[in-house]
Amino acid sequence: MADSSAAAHHAAPDGVTKRDLLQLIAGAGAAIGAGAIAWPLIDSMNPSKDVLALSSVDVDLAPVVEGQGITIVWQGKPIFVRHRTAAEIKEAQDVKLSQLIDPTNGLDSERVKAGHDQWIILVGICTHLGCVPLGNKPSDPRGDYGGWFCPCHGSQYDTSGRVRHGPAPLNLALPPYAFESDTKIKVG
Amino acid sequence: MAGLNKSEFANPVINWIDTRLPIFTMMQKEYGVFPTPKNFNYFWNFGALAMVNLMIMIVTGIFLAMNYQPNTQLAFDSVQHIMRDVNYGWLIRYVHQNGASMFFIVTYIHIFRGLYYGSYKTPRELLWMLGVVILILMMATAFMGYVLPWGQMSYWGATVITNLFSAFPVVGPKIVTLLWGGFSVDNPTLNRFFALHYLLPFVLVGVIFLHVAALHITGSNNPLGIDVKTPQDTLPFHPYYTVKDSVGICVYMIVFAALVFFAPNYLGDPNNFIPANPLVTPADIVPEWYFLPFYAILRSVPNKLLGVCMMFGSLLVMFVLPWLDTSRVRSARFRPIYKWFILLWVVAVIVLGVCGAHKPEGIWVILSRVCTLYYFLHFLVIMPILGKLERPLPLPESISKPVLGGRGGGPMPAGAAAKPMEKA
Amino acid sequence: MGKLRTILAGVFAAGLLAAPVVAEEESAMPNLNWSFDKIFGTYDLAAAQRGFLVYSNVCSNCHSMKLMHYRDLSGIGLEPEQIKAIAAGVTVPQGVDDQGAPKDGPATAASQFKSPFPNDQAARAANGGALPPDLSLIVNAREGGPNYIYGILTGFVPAPSSFKMQDGMYYNKMYPGHQIGMPQPLQDGTVEYTDGTSNSLDQEAHDVVTFLSWAANPELVERKQIGVRVILFLVFMTGITYAVKRKIWSDVH
Repeated sequence: MADSSAAAHHAAPDGVTKRDLLQLIAGAGAAIGAGAIAWPLIDSMNPSKDVLALSSVDVDLAPVVEGQGITIVWQGKPIFVRHRTAAEIKEAQDVKLSQLIDPTNGLDSERVKAGHDQWIILVGICTHLGCVPLGNKPSDPRGDYGGWFCPCHGSQYDTSGRVRHGPAPLNLALPPYAFESDTKIKVG
Repeated sequence: MAGLNKSEFANPVINWIDTRLPIFTMMQKEYGVFPTPKNFNYFWNFGALAMVNLMIMIVTGIFLAMNYQPNTQLAFDSVQHIMRDVNYGWLIRYVHQNGASMFFIVTYIHIFRGLYYGSYKTPRELLWMLGVVILILMMATAFMGYVLPWGQMSYWGATVITNLFSAFPVVGPKIVTLLWGGFSVDNPTLNRFFALHYLLPFVLVGVIFLHVAALHITGSNNPLGIDVKTPQDTLPFHPYYTVKDSVGICVYMIVFAALVFFAPNYLGDPNNFIPANPLVTPADIVPEWYFLPFYAILRSVPNKLLGVCMMFGSLLVMFVLPWLDTSRVRSARFRPIYKWFILLWVVAVIVLGVCGAHKPEGIWVILSRVCTLYYFLHFLVIMPILGKLERPLPLPESISKPVLGGRGGGPMPAGAAAKPMEKA
Repeated sequence: MGKLRTILAGVFAAGLLAAPVVAEEESAMPNLNWSFDKIFGTYDLAAAQRGFLVYSNVCSNCHSMKLMHYRDLSGIGLEPEQIKAIAAGVTVPQGVDDQGAPKDGPATAASQFKSPFPNDQAARAANGGALPPDLSLIVNAREGGPNYIYGILTGFVPAPSSFKMQDGMYYNKMYPGHQIGMPQPLQDGTVEYTDGTSNSLDQEAHDVVTFLSWAANPELVERKQIGVRVILFLVFMTGITYAVKRKIWSDVH
């Protein structure tokens, strides 16, 4: 209807196909143009160059003594760095996959870098609804499993950052990081 | 009164909506079958171009606002952050920056079209007056937008223009303090200018809606300036004028793109790349090109208050234009004498623009005074008197006659246009 | 019809011409062929890199470039490793330490270019009251752009005997008023180039102006490349739309 009343006025039978083809090309061109205009606008909402430039941070582990944890900020998120004691490492390694709520990356060896068993590095955001769990400061409650305890809804994580008590469905996420030396990591 | 709309749309979803809220019927009526004079020339593209331009400004502006900081400490750097770090930020900002210039180019041609073909004359007086409101709102928006990058020209432009209000006796200084929110142009000023610069375009949309609503009551004027008499005089807006506007939009986009991609700072001022400094005034303070004629009028008068009044008056006189023009003929094409006066007025405005860009010394002072004088003489004296004295050329009987007789479309010399009528 | 067209063109052209009014220069502006001038011009990256060397060794002793970050140097063709090395060699303030005292540390790619002075007052005090302008946008911020900056750098000549100089000022034939607070920064051989390019004054000035032009308009190359495509596309669309228009209107007349 939208076109018919107007076009019907003057549609010449012999001109129809050529006009239709031209209109098709013009319409396609307009669609391409609209897309080309939309993309820069949308992309401008993605992280800008200065944000991306800060997407990795270097952390010096030397001052963190055994049993202690620190929280650093990476991409605006808290990153838990904990120097585990031998007992904590043993405890974490002895847990069987069948005891876990979330067996993905469930083995302790999958959650630390080989040869650096004492360092557990986690994204400190509860996988339930995004609160920051307690447990990094000596005075914090660490829950029944010696790791972290989320004050919002009571989720508990063990010393490997695995969820052991709901409602959180997943283990604490592992940020991308690499050891640059024994006492230095680069997160991101 | 109340009751469902009888929709003629076949598509059941459209029909269902249209029955309850007849927006499709309305669009069909106003932009589909809307009877439009068949003899428009390309000057009639510029209303649509202005509409497109406003949309471009609003969209790019919203994305710029996501990264801009309206704070004197941060504004300049945040604009450079947009230019350097935000993805395609340079593109969005250059489009917005040059879009302001394009908007005025398009609008000034649109206004000239109205002046030349008498579109302000009865019954379109209110349509014209709404247009003047749009122009004034546009100017206010552009002025406040130019302050936001917080460069030297931003700062000193804001200082000079807001100080204009100090010319008014008694209340002047109080108004200026109120505008500033302080005792000089400073953070409160910048912050409120940003708020208003964001708001006014949406007010513009409202006034433009009224402008178009009024247009669709009276119907469009046309190059002959005569009324539509029969359905043969018109074409449905779609597809005839949608496609003609599309051609215009493509050409306009080429000019726009040339500016944005190859000369983005051509119309700008180097001083605005220097952060605002309240203690150092640049050697030449020049407003953006689109304000130059008005700036020249302001400076042509040695008295401060009178200069300000003349400048505002040069805009306000437009409101009474429909009553100053006493001619019964609309289109200048049929007004052999007036045609030259209105063209002379255009020349005067252009010369004023050039004067505004030069320091007020020597020949530029004299030129700007002569042109200012003509600017007002034209409206206040020549228009009322000439309208009574001039003998217009004979008007064609109807729009379709000369279109069928001549080659139609573009504006023709007055003689050629009148000929078919003499035969008729 | 022709008349109206002329007027339309006139209004348009006047609008374009009226804006930038170039003040008449007392001494002729040099007019060099810059690599980035033409429609398809791009930055001569080798020259820009040499120019960065000139900036780092000479200009940066007094002039800041606060809008620049070391990461931006990838724009003149430096590799991430080179950028990291350049940044690591610079000590910049890095917030506060655990005791709340301000601390310094090596810059990273994300750091701003280090400013030579902590603030404007310190800069003035160290330069006889004159504030060395920030160079991030200097090419855009001066009438004449690259040619003007080049003219300043190569414009130091002995003052005419009749010219009265103030104390602490230097004669420059390009500078408005001819008295500039900056002593001649570059001379033949001021900077050692490693790529075998002659380090004459003209070459050094040319290189640093190329670098500064890039710093002021880092988007230029991408902008022109996109621009060519956009305009070709629009010309095509104009043709198509005009053909549709002709076709639709063919039965009106």
